Amino acid sequence: MTEEIIIAGFGGQGVLSMGKILAYSGIMENQEVSWMPSYGPEMRGGTANVTVILSDERISSPYLKLFDTAIILNQQSMDKFENSVKPGGLLIYDPNGISHHPTRKDIQVFQIEGTKLAAEMENKKIFNMVILGGFLKKKPIVKLENVIAGLKKSLSERYHHLIPLNEKAIQVGMESIHPY
Amino acid sequence: MSELKLMKGNEALAEAAIRAGADAYFGYPITPQSEVIEYLMTEQPEKRTGMVVLQAESEIAAINMVYGAASTGKKVMTSSSSPGISLKLEGISYLAGAELPAVIVNVVRGGPGLGTIQPSQADYFQSVKGGGHGDYKLYVLAPASVQEMSDFVEDAFNIAFKYRAPVLILSDGLIGQMMEKVNLKDQLPRLTNDEIIEKYDSWAVTGRKNRRRNIITSLDLQSEKMEARVHRLMKKYEQMEKEDLRYEKILCDDAEYLIVAYGSSARISQKAVELARKKGIKAGLLRPITLFPYPKQPLFELADQVKGILSVELNAGQMVEDVKLSVEHKVPVEHFGRTGGIIHTPEEVLEALEQKIIKNGNLRYHTTRESSIL
Amino acid sequence: MEILDIIQPENQVFCKTKLMTDTALSYCPGCGHGTAHNLTMEVIDEMGILEDTIGVAPVGCSVLAYDFMNIDMTQAAHGRAPAVATAIARTWPEKYVFTYQGDGDLAAIGTAETIHACNRGENIVIIFVNNGIYGMTGGQMAPTTLEGMISSTSPYGREIKSMGSPLKITELVANLPGVYYVTRQSVHTHKHARKAKKAIQKAFENTRLKQGLSFIEIVSNCNSGWKMTPNESNIWMEENMFKYFPLGDIKVDGKLKQ
Repeated sequence: MTEEIIIAGFGGQGVLSMGKILAYSGIMENQEVSWMPSYGPEMRGGTANVTVILSDERISSPYLKLFDTAIILNQQSMDKFENSVKPGGLLIYDPNGISHHPTRKDIQVFQIEGTKLAAEMENKKIFNMVILGGFLKKKPIVKLENVIAGLKKSLSERYHHLIPLNEKAIQVGMESIHPY
Repeated sequence: MSELKLMKGNEALAEAAIRAGADAYFGYPITPQSEVIEYLMTEQPEKRTGMVVLQAESEIAAINMVYGAASTGKKVMTSSSSPGISLKLEGISYLAGAELPAVIVNVVRGGPGLGTIQPSQADYFQSVKGGGHGDYKLYVLAPASVQEMSDFVEDAFNIAFKYRAPVLILSDGLIGQMMEKVNLKDQLPRLTNDEIIEKYDSWAVTGRKNRRRNIITSLDLQSEKMEARVHRLMKKYEQMEKEDLRYEKILCDDAEYLIVAYGSSARISQKAVELARKKGIKAGLLRPITLFPYPKQPLFELADQVKGILSVELNAGQMVEDVKLSVEHKVPVEHFGRTGGIIHTPEEVLEALEQKIIKNGNLRYHTTRESSIL
Repeated sequence: MEILDIIQPENQVFCKTKLMTDTALSYCPGCGHGTAHNLTMEVIDEMGILEDTIGVAPVGCSVLAYDFMNIDMTQAAHGRAPAVATAIARTWPEKYVFTYQGDGDLAAIGTAETIHACNRGENIVIIFVNNGIYGMTGGQMAPTTLEGMISSTSPYGREIKSMGSPLKITELVANLPGVYYVTRQSVHTHKHARKAKKAIQKAFENTRLKQGLSFIEIVSNCNSGWKMTPNESNIWMEENMFKYFPLGDIKVDGKLKQ
């Protein structure tokens, strides 16, 4: 199994940390992982993206043109990455702020109202966990218990009390993802 | 205890320096390698092993601090990115001339000038063709993964002390910034001052005690003495070529077409080779792990087997010169690479292999030379 | 009594400085460097710290200081001696580390390294020999060349408007909190040399007590570069150099002198 994922959105949406949690979860399952971020000034308030690969085998290129899954969280990223999904692949997006919805017919497109759901849960920071939940529902490439273990690894201990809330957000995401 | 972690390349390198028993790190922040000094400052290795970490006032000061500590037999490292390495080159030349062991890390970004902060391999010439002034070479290790960012630190120190010569770890923004699983090595103890004196008393300046004075200098005003020094350096480089060449062959056994690439480009090219094989193209990859010494002989031999070679580098065509020198015109050699911080995708590499090598497979030599940059 | 009977250790009243090598000094006759070398080596010998002393040589006239000082020494790139000394002092905190630098090395090309080593209060001694000219390369203008002074790169005299004023780097570093002891001395007479030696001794004592950075400027002559006889150069130095670079302590025990 090899899953090649791009997560793209605004800096501050938790794009990089979502990728990190996914990578940690992969390690918990003894998979090979790579996490390749965009970096630099574009991250400050601009767009941010991260390529995450989980695989049973040694990972060759950490940098890719085509992805099994694109998780898209703003319009710029939609413009940039809709065409980067492999035929038959998966595109997940949050419709919040999206004016040009995806048009491809050769891929599966799913929506998840992450921004709205996070606002309803009264914690904007769990937005990325809602999205992650949605992704895991469609692609259960790691077990939920290992995601939680990954969260523990990637969060410093003073935030560990927030883990139940994050777990809840993942559940909410799993329940809310729907086809576009 | 060895330990499995998810780390950025830069962080893995910093942690590896502590675990390799380094005595000191001197550096100056620059994107995309600032995580090295940030990690060390956070980790406080002086409390863990007694290792000294200092943020210098400039790259120039940092490399001269390296020179100072190295002249006393200490295990010392610095790191920077391209514009900062340009500043360090004077000091690197002095380290080579004065025959001092040290590890220098370049997490390359695009140039020339201030360039870009995005990944690049445009410092190949600077790394393997001198860079600084005078007749010298650096032993150059090119990591292609976070694991190698970690492993090569200890290897680099071993080579540096084996030859009393500066060693360069040539990485780039992609390897430095990405996170992968890394198996950290066990902590090596730092040498005590008494052990350093015992081991390196024949040359290190540690205070004159029961011996003639030791002098560290790169100056020889007598030409004959200076020439002897240069000859001594050349002997070391010959020995490096004989004993410490490193490279990796991937799917080369039956290859008809060969890609040569190092570091991040090697990773991307490996995927291109996989894509090529899926299409029925017998492609292989030769990955130089040391850029000096260069795998000349393996390339020379592979040239009898393959129909053409593509040198894939994140630059406008630098290593391709060494590939050509190695194969001595036996097969066509072309370059492919993106510049300016743009990273080529595996698909682009495969396309370049098909267009530049396979399509032209019957042509032994090209009369016209097209621009090799996409 | 035969002459050979007189040449006995017990009759000896003067001898070559023990920690100087037998290599003939390459400095011009009349130059102050030799005396400054001698004084430094005498202090190291008398304090009994040879085994724990590491010197850093500069680029300039004293680039070959290691040929004359019979101690462990590292020769630094031009201007970088304070950075080199920083690393040695940081990795060998129990050692006595000093740099020996000229005005071009310390106050022009190495200004950044000088200021920042001083600002960090590195536990080292900096011996700064200021003769107002680039001697080694043949008498070019230095940052400390006086106004109107002729050199090969200021052949009509240093003009402040286009070339700037002579740099008082010693006063400058004295204002940095990390610097513990700053003094300006000369070595052109016995009296002055004795005072300079005391200053050097105090500086190495400061290292022993881990007090931070000690900075000793030695205003010296360059009869070759100034194109004078040694005697004339010393008189010219007293009349001109000392006026702009007055001798005496500037900062003692961490306190600026009024």
